[in-house]
Amino acid sequence: MPYIVPVPDELSKPFWDAVQEKRLIVQHCVACNSLQYPPRPRCLDCNAEAMDWKDVSGKGHILTCGVLEDSHLPVRAADQPLNLAVVTLDDDPRINYYANLPGTPPFQVTVGAAVEVTFEECPDGSLIHDWRVI
Amino acid sequence: MTTEDRSWRRDREGLGVWNGRGKTAFAGWGMSPIDRRWDGVSMDRTLGEYCKVAARAALEDAGLKPEDVDGLFMCPDNMAGANSGASASWGPSRPYFAPPYDSEDGLTIVTNKWLLANWPELNANKNVTYAPDAVPSIGEGLGFTAQAVVDGKCKVGLYIYTANNLDGRYRRGGTFAAPKAPGASQWNNPWGANVIDLQLNTTFALTQYCQRYGVDWDDLMFPIVMQEHMNGLMNDWGFYSTNGASHLNREDYVNSRPITSPAHIWDYDRPVNAVGAFIVTTAERAKDMKHKPVYILNHNQGSGGSARSSSITLDEYEAANAKVARMCYEGSGLQAKDIDIFNPYDGFSSFLPFSLEAFGWHGVGKGEARDFVNGDISIHGPHPYLSGGGNLGNGRTRTAMYIDSIEQLRGTAGERQVTVKAETAICAFAPALSAAYLVLGSDPH
Repeated sequence: MPYIVPVPDELSKPFWDAVQEKRLIVQHCVACNSLQYPPRPRCLDCNAEAMDWKDVSGKGHILTCGVLEDSHLPVRAADQPLNLAVVTLDDDPRINYYANLPGTPPFQVTVGAAVEVTFEECPDGSLIHDWRVI
Repeated sequence: MTTEDRSWRRDREGLGVWNGRGKTAFAGWGMSPIDRRWDGVSMDRTLGEYCKVAARAALEDAGLKPEDVDGLFMCPDNMAGANSGASASWGPSRPYFAPPYDSEDGLTIVTNKWLLANWPELNANKNVTYAPDAVPSIGEGLGFTAQAVVDGKCKVGLYIYTANNLDGRYRRGGTFAAPKAPGASQWNNPWGANVIDLQLNTTFALTQYCQRYGVDWDDLMFPIVMQEHMNGLMNDWGFYSTNGASHLNREDYVNSRPITSPAHIWDYDRPVNAVGAFIVTTAERAKDMKHKPVYILNHNQGSGGSARSSSITLDEYEAANAKVARMCYEGSGLQAKDIDIFNPYDGFSSFLPFSLEAFGWHGVGKGEARDFVNGDISIHGPHPYLSGGGNLGNGRTRTAMYIDSIEQLRGTAGERQVTVKAETAICAFAPALSAAYLVLGSDPH
């Protein structure tokens, strides 16, 4: 799949570095122990700035799903119809990810199905996290 | 009060009833013709020319002359997205024209400086004494204008809003075509989760809604979209009423081009090239104008909430809508049972079940939208929902909700006039994550 290549910034660099090592990490609040993704400068729960990173299981479930059929993003249009799902993380279901669910044909996705993280290759050879039904 | 100063915004709960409640009023509105796109040739149909056409119509509707205007409020936003390619910006791929069309200003945006320079009649007596730059888009902009009138910055405010669209596919070029995703887009674009395809991220809130409440998307959305098209055909200015009706029926809707299934093309508003204008004045001045004043009872801006993670959840989106509704009612001193006309924003159809249920219009509660919209929501029935036809029924001008609310309350909606009481109205631009609402009344008290 020709994923659009994410461009890391100062805040997100540790996350994308971990993805290149096939590890899924999320931000962890040192003050209140909360987890969050995508990373932000402060904790969404207690507003603390002291955040580090924590490895997570890479297990999740499909919250909901649609199918991209006429995307505004020409790079992804080549893959249409393309699953676009929202996956919650089992470690903390408040965290969710977009997913294309490689290996599952469009319109054959079951909401609630268990998934696990997979690391797929972008056009520039870098890795990106996606999710597969298990 | 400037557009940089955000203290004028009523963007949180606990502010109480607005101190300007009933002190300002809409006195007129006007629309230019609506073109699907500017053709690049007709210099009498540019966005700049259309500003004059719409403004003259609004002034005439109010019974005013250009020299009566002392406040000019222009939103210079590029609605099609300044960085989204050839449908949004004339340059750099095409050469500009002779002045005054030697830049984007006048073609795809219009600033107050451009209008004042190219419509001398408007300021012939140096009557325009207040013309702030960068006035916000229509929902916030009308609130800003009302607040300026309340604060004494001007007595007769002219607010003008432009919708631009050129040849080419809307928002497919520019940054949309980029192979890389910087900034916030790194968390959604790689998987194709573009905010437009996802109806400003509400498609997935609505698919979750359908899952939770056991609702089929088409059963919920078709009656709404269909009714909006029917209502829009009763406007003499709308895109479909002036360019040919869609003749939309359920089969057409269900089989129409899918964008992000289950959302169809008819769930997305149609981009157009057009301009709308409104006259906001003091309650005192409005009494002597051509039509019955429509008083502004409250204005609200700001977010009801945001997604904690990548995609907003149903619970988060319902909570955001509920917060916006509370702000709206608090500032106006009204309650759900008091609202006669309900014209929430509908740039994407997926916004609508949520605003309907959060505002509790005509008693609709959580999970009850499908049954409500499959009842009688016709314009002359007991529940004339979205009586203006909104963006979906008129094209993406973002003006129908305001125009209809004004007309229903002053009794000038013609064929579209509701048969139920029409003394109060709610109208809005943008959904709950960046909402801007007005509450209107035919009585200032």
